Amino acid sequence: MLKLRTAAAIAVPIALVVACSQDKADTPDSGGGPIAVQASDTECAVARTDADAGTITFEVSNKGTKVTEFYLYAEGDRILGEVENIGPGLTRRLIVEVADGGKYTTACKPGMKGDGIRGDFAVNGSAGAAKDADAKLAEATTSYQRYVNSQADALITKTTEFVDAVKAEKVDEAKALFPIARIYWERIEPVAESFGDIDPKIDGREEVIEEGMEFTGFHRLERDLWQDGLQADSSAIADRLLADVTELVGMAKSVELNPLQLANGAKELLDEVATGKITGEEDRYSHTDLYDFRSNVDGSQAAIAALRPVLEERDAALVSTLDERFAAVDTLLETYRSGDGFKLYTELTPDDIKGLAEAVDALGEPLSKVAGVVAG
Amino acid sequence: MGEGIDRRRLLGLAGAGAAVAGVGALAGAAADRALVHPTPVASTSQLDAPVPFHGEHQAGIVTPAQDRMHFVAFDVRTKKRAELVALLKQWTAAAERMTAGQEAAEGGAVGGIPQAPPADTGEALDLPASGLTLTVGFGGSLFDDRFGLAGSRPAALADLPRFPQDDLDPARSGGDLCIQACANDPQVAVHAVRNLVRLGFGTVAVRWSQLGFGRTSSTSTTQTTPRNLFGFKDGTNNLKAEDPAALAEHVWVSGGDADWMTGGSYLVARRIRMHIEIWDRTSLAEQETIVGRAKGSGAPLGQLQEFDTADFHVNGADGEPVIPVDAHIRLASAESLDGVRMLRRGYNFVDGSDGQGHLDAGLFFLCFVRDPHRQFVPMQQALSTRDVMMEYLEHNGSALFACPPGVRPGGYWGDTLL
Repeated sequence: MLKLRTAAAIAVPIALVVACSQDKADTPDSGGGPIAVQASDTECAVARTDADAGTITFEVSNKGTKVTEFYLYAEGDRILGEVENIGPGLTRRLIVEVADGGKYTTACKPGMKGDGIRGDFAVNGSAGAAKDADAKLAEATTSYQRYVNSQADALITKTTEFVDAVKAEKVDEAKALFPIARIYWERIEPVAESFGDIDPKIDGREEVIEEGMEFTGFHRLERDLWQDGLQADSSAIADRLLADVTELVGMAKSVELNPLQLANGAKELLDEVATGKITGEEDRYSHTDLYDFRSNVDGSQAAIAALRPVLEERDAALVSTLDERFAAVDTLLETYRSGDGFKLYTELTPDDIKGLAEAVDALGEPLSKVAGVVAG
Repeated sequence: MGEGIDRRRLLGLAGAGAAVAGVGALAGAAADRALVHPTPVASTSQLDAPVPFHGEHQAGIVTPAQDRMHFVAFDVRTKKRAELVALLKQWTAAAERMTAGQEAAEGGAVGGIPQAPPADTGEALDLPASGLTLTVGFGGSLFDDRFGLAGSRPAALADLPRFPQDDLDPARSGGDLCIQACANDPQVAVHAVRNLVRLGFGTVAVRWSQLGFGRTSSTSTTQTTPRNLFGFKDGTNNLKAEDPAALAEHVWVSGGDADWMTGGSYLVARRIRMHIEIWDRTSLAEQETIVGRAKGSGAPLGQLQEFDTADFHVNGADGEPVIPVDAHIRLASAESLDGVRMLRRGYNFVDGSDGQGHLDAGLFFLCFVRDPHRQFVPMQQALSTRDVMMEYLEHNGSALFACPPGVRPGGYWGDTLL
């Protein structure tokens, strides 16, 4: 796991900017401009309660005595945008891209807690016909969703085996299963990351665990198995891992993905390789980083495979570059095979690591262009 | 955004863009405003002005030495000649733009669609051209059987010999290609290298790179002589842009066994670590004796002014030469080397510290010559065997590149070769 990403970070269509508004040059009015929100300790007065789809700007003035925040929710309290920490007397701006017409909800939260003071907000029309227009894009997401489902099933199966071995204190067996269970995790990790809090519970490394959070999940058990020996609570940690993975799989199977998320996910998997696996940081006790490396690349390839018909139509040269560079990474990784698995990170020479880093850079650049092609 | 807007004119636009970052439509509107009512451009000083990219020779050689440098050497990873040529064309297009003070690609930093990574990395957006020059060179290792170039390797590009006391690190030496980026603003030089490296991923890989601050040579009579990290004026007797006859004789290639190099020059790069802490414990008299010049004025010992000709035949009261037989300027002088001269264009560097409490500092020596084996090699042989200064130096990086002639409009880097 690289860093904590919130749901908003992967939800690309919702471009979101929060800015502190000092100048009054464009005064909020009730026309087509920014929508003024007068927030107090008891009220949340939104000047206009409807807008056209597209870029919607709110200017939230806190007239109350408590620090407040302002949200725009889609149905089911899915956050489209929020601006926090609006102190008394301050005005802050929230710019949200809303692509689809429909019913939305605004909320001010004086004291920054609770459900807040809510109001209905209607969005008219649709910002772009891109969503359903292209059947190939729709097919891409369906196809990738099937991949996610299959990996998610295998993740449960293999995590169960790993957890059972830990609980039975079969250390050697658990060590052998650790990289295997992670294969399925690493292949679909960007999907998992989109659910925010659960990713660090499952895959958080010691140093990225935030204050007040417990160090749990794969890497805690990795430390127990390889370094500290099984602890009194290892069995409980194993149970929690399986429970968290099960919860995640449930969400992963029901999430609605869009093509841009596929494209960005493919790129993020390579980012994970570049920042976590190439450095040997991910599996610092087991040194099984190359398994994760292989799996991240698998996941990236799967997302690109799903998008392939669209990409071939729009940028065939990019597809052939991606094919070449994926193949180069595959070939290189094969040279580090050892038995059924891979060499340990500690067995790699600095030249080996440089070669792997170069192959990942070579692939990462064209991969970063996929999202633009999908969006364009 | 039009071709003609340079980064400086984008200033106002960038400010407007920042407030609405991520909202493409609004940024576009701001761009239109900037085009209709361009902000008056502050008078650019000479240091800010662009240096022409095209010409008979590549810029960055006799161009008055800028104050900052980022030098990068690459290994070519593709095995396809067509991909190498395609990259050189892409690089040329980006270099033409960046040396003119523009983004690496049109609308590169903020003009693209929000879902795609920007084509320009953006850190030079509101900076002027800053005299940026980009100079390309080809290493001997490029001339193997990968690209069918084995027959085109000039004799002058033969590998440098190993010099006494060399302590070369392979990870800081050699390379199939190099790009020398020089500018009067370090961020402009780094931006250029970063964007060219980015274009190259998959085709080439960075082998090593070196940052330099503070030119250690003047390449024009309009420049004063700077000081190196030993505190001495360096390059007083350098070849200068204002002496075309000497440049033709010592710097620019003509004739020889490789037509494609006509109008080009050979570049020798040496990373010379200076043990500055030890040097600083050396008496002034000894420092001056080692160099052969007065530290303050830069005058050769026994003379009055910096540009007075060094006279190696003056002896002191003790009957010993005033400029000792093993003094640096004597050994490196044209007089001692059968008239050999070179255009030096080096930079000071400090790459942090070495983990033992010493600065990893020194001189990134760069010179441009017509034939390194007749010019640089004899000098370095003399210095590495006899120069007392070597006690304070450690040569730990070395490379030799053939810099092709300048690019004509419509051409590309290396089009005389590939």
